[in-house]
Amino acid sequence: MLKLRRTMMYVPGNNPSMVKDAHIFGADTVMFDLEDSVSLNEKDSARFLIYNSLKNVDYEGTEIAVRINGLDTPFGLQDLEAIVRAKPDIIRLPKTETPQDIIDVEKIIATIEEKAGIPVGTIKMMAAIESAQGILNAREIAQASSRLVGIAIGAEDFVTDMKTTRSLDGVELLTARSQLLFAARAAGIYALDTVFSDVDNEEGFANEVKLIKQLGFDGKSVINPRQIDVVHEIYTPTDKDIEKSIRIIKASQEAFKKGSGVVSLDGKMVDKPIIERAERVLTLAAAAGVYVFEGGEENGY
Amino acid sequence: MDIKKIAMAGTLESSDVSIVIEPNSGEGIEIELKSLVEKQFGEQIKEVVLRTLKELKVEKAIVKLQDKGALDCVIKARLQTAVLRAAEENTFNWGEED
Amino acid sequence: MAINKIGREVPAFIEGIGELKPYQGPFSVEPTKRRFGRKLSVITPKESKLLNNIEEAIKKTGLTDGMTISFHHHFREGDYIVNLVMDTIAKLGIKNITIAPSSLNGVHAPLIEHIKSGVISKIETSGLRGSLADAISKGILEYPVKIRSHGGRARAIESGDVKIDVAFLGVPACDEYGNANGHSGKSFCGSLGYAKVDAQFADQVVLITDNLVAYPNVPASIQQTDVDFVVQMDSIGDPKGIVSGATRYTKNPRELLIAKYAAEVIKESGYLVDGFSMQCGTGGASLAVARSIKQTMIERNIKASFALGGITGQFVEMLEEGLVGKLYDTQCFDLIAAQSIGQNPNHVEIDAGFYANPHNKGCAVNVLDIVILSALEVDTDFNVNVMTGSDGILRGASGGHCDTAAGSKLSIIVAPLIRGRIPTIVDQVNTVITPGETIDVVVTDRGIAVNPLRTDLIEKFSKTSLPLYTIDQLKEKAEEITGKPKAIEYGDKIVALVEYRDGTIIDVVRNVK
Repeated sequence: MLKLRRTMMYVPGNNPSMVKDAHIFGADTVMFDLEDSVSLNEKDSARFLIYNSLKNVDYEGTEIAVRINGLDTPFGLQDLEAIVRAKPDIIRLPKTETPQDIIDVEKIIATIEEKAGIPVGTIKMMAAIESAQGILNAREIAQASSRLVGIAIGAEDFVTDMKTTRSLDGVELLTARSQLLFAARAAGIYALDTVFSDVDNEEGFANEVKLIKQLGFDGKSVINPRQIDVVHEIYTPTDKDIEKSIRIIKASQEAFKKGSGVVSLDGKMVDKPIIERAERVLTLAAAAGVYVFEGGEENGY
Repeated sequence: MDIKKIAMAGTLESSDVSIVIEPNSGEGIEIELKSLVEKQFGEQIKEVVLRTLKELKVEKAIVKLQDKGALDCVIKARLQTAVLRAAEENTFNWGEED
Repeated sequence: MAINKIGREVPAFIEGIGELKPYQGPFSVEPTKRRFGRKLSVITPKESKLLNNIEEAIKKTGLTDGMTISFHHHFREGDYIVNLVMDTIAKLGIKNITIAPSSLNGVHAPLIEHIKSGVISKIETSGLRGSLADAISKGILEYPVKIRSHGGRARAIESGDVKIDVAFLGVPACDEYGNANGHSGKSFCGSLGYAKVDAQFADQVVLITDNLVAYPNVPASIQQTDVDFVVQMDSIGDPKGIVSGATRYTKNPRELLIAKYAAEVIKESGYLVDGFSMQCGTGGASLAVARSIKQTMIERNIKASFALGGITGQFVEMLEEGLVGKLYDTQCFDLIAAQSIGQNPNHVEIDAGFYANPHNKGCAVNVLDIVILSALEVDTDFNVNVMTGSDGILRGASGGHCDTAAGSKLSIIVAPLIRGRIPTIVDQVNTVITPGETIDVVVTDRGIAVNPLRTDLIEKFSKTSLPLYTIDQLKEKAEEITGKPKAIEYGDKIVALVEYRDGTIIDVVRNVK
């Protein structure tokens, strides 16, 4: 089954009450942040806190990412030394500008994995692109490492770099979002959208989620648990989509059983991309609890 | 590690613990614990403190804790932070503390 | 000592209190007495009920050592009456008084002095909070406090288990002949549901008001035929403590998560059908459940026949929007509710007996479908504590908890699995207020447990995506995170007797060392 990353929830790295059970709100990925949400004189405490939490708290299978400080800061290397050993699923790099940024971090991760007796390559990476330079290099960044599972756009720094500000319709981000998507799709990795900071503006948030879903993003970074259900709801396929997808998959399974290379449904030929899309629809539907994959029984919706 | 100066870590927020560690002119470890959950978890908290200090090879210190219901792993993290700050150490032997 | 049905050791007799019966199950007591009747009295034509001050009232009632007096708690943390009356009683040198208020709050800390000086010797209440509660937990009172639920208190008064010599009742609007309500005046509080019982059964009734209105004051929650005296004062309460502003919806993600699960439980329970009824507390999660249910009601085009209990602005809104037919209100929880009850004929004031007395001919909780309740602790037998903190100290209120749990078709506890480092689900709660056999579902932020007695619900929920666990699994889940808490060490002295709504003893609270 496809791994979903509809929501990646930011959790400030120095907040014990959030760190102990951030996964219960249902985000597809929980990301503990050692970077922007932690003040300079608390970098050490956040690092110790996340390190110990990852080693002791049972996040019950939720994908865990940790955003480290950049290697160009005094904290980046120590962050890696600690966090790699605590084995999150993903280490996320902030402010990635060039493929070399990825390669540098990847090397360090590999060295630490080796020292710590963790199979090299275990820990995946994700990169945030937050500048004009980064967007222009997005294609190379996306292909810089086999550890890289996704790239994300960080809009706040990006719009500042572009000498503009964020708007509700997101026109200032359109090119960057598109470029990032191209890079991600060409590399076959995930594309994640930026945060929406005004938690109380539910309508504005929902509109932005609809926009980025239509553009093709796999999901969105969220800063509050209250935003999770909104994203998941928008990413949940309609009953009609699910029904159609079930029929497409059944038709393709039957064709496979018969040994036929051609799949047809209602007299029309069904192409491979349509089958792939149907699979994705059913994965999203299953994650939303409105569809049960075969093997289990369908419980309707 | 030697406790060279007074240092603190943590906060007084819910689920956190505020720890102050001081050099001890006498011998050994002294613990002063104030906790919201002292009746239920006081002994367990002291055990975590002693175990963590042992791992860090701290033999002499006064540790004052104001606990707001922190889990063991949070207490350990805050104490490690405080000890490193008090010992004026910038690096840590990650992965060797267990 | 005897072991009651839920395995708690309770005394069979206490010197100065009398014989006690152990709890035997929610509907095991067959009442045999007759309804209590107060002393008859006469007020002749031209006689005035109006008095100048509380001291005069106390003297006129002939209050003496050893008597029982009562109060209501409609003024909550804004109440001046209890302290004023007790100060005056102390000044007059009267001792050994039993006070039987419907509840006590943090504002009643001055009672500690009256206990120490022997003015107060016994207390019977629903709630205890703040430093008074701390002092009682440490054993300041010679006799244990009797903790009663709202329905249990009404039962005790109506059956004569509690004989009130004088009721001192603060009333926000009153005429000089004793017709009173809570609808207007600077101390307005809305419903006077708890006071109504006292007014009808106390031998003498003193109303105290800061808002004397023209005769006749109608509609009257308390009627002239029950009232002996009316005292006018400048101020009977602090409006800021009496009604809070609008109760707001929570933004706390944990409460919202609990509410999401609880709403799902209700939707899948089969009880959310046209004409259903419900009661919600004022907790963040409770209110969020109500909001979610409201959404579903609109989507499914169903309406509630009534909402019960302490009423909040959220239910007033639903009444006004036609989603709820009637509000049965013993106590208004916020400004909007307190304003509505005097204006909307479908917002109906009910007394505590109508609400929840198990020994009348059918109280409102009997026809309640769904209730959402909070908990400080729940044990693996589903017993619930809302009275003592995890440190064993009194700090809560019995309220309508056990009444609504027993009466309703679906009782749901909402609580976080862990508070700080304290697990909510435990092997044994510190104090049982509500027996587990009357609790149907426990909803936490980390999972849901259904009482094994409710196989029907288990079957329904197992077909959904609700995170179902056994109560033992939830307990283990909590302990894995927090570690196993050490049990609280209690002393030998019983500081409180917890009466179940039927008058039997369900548990005791001992002093904390």
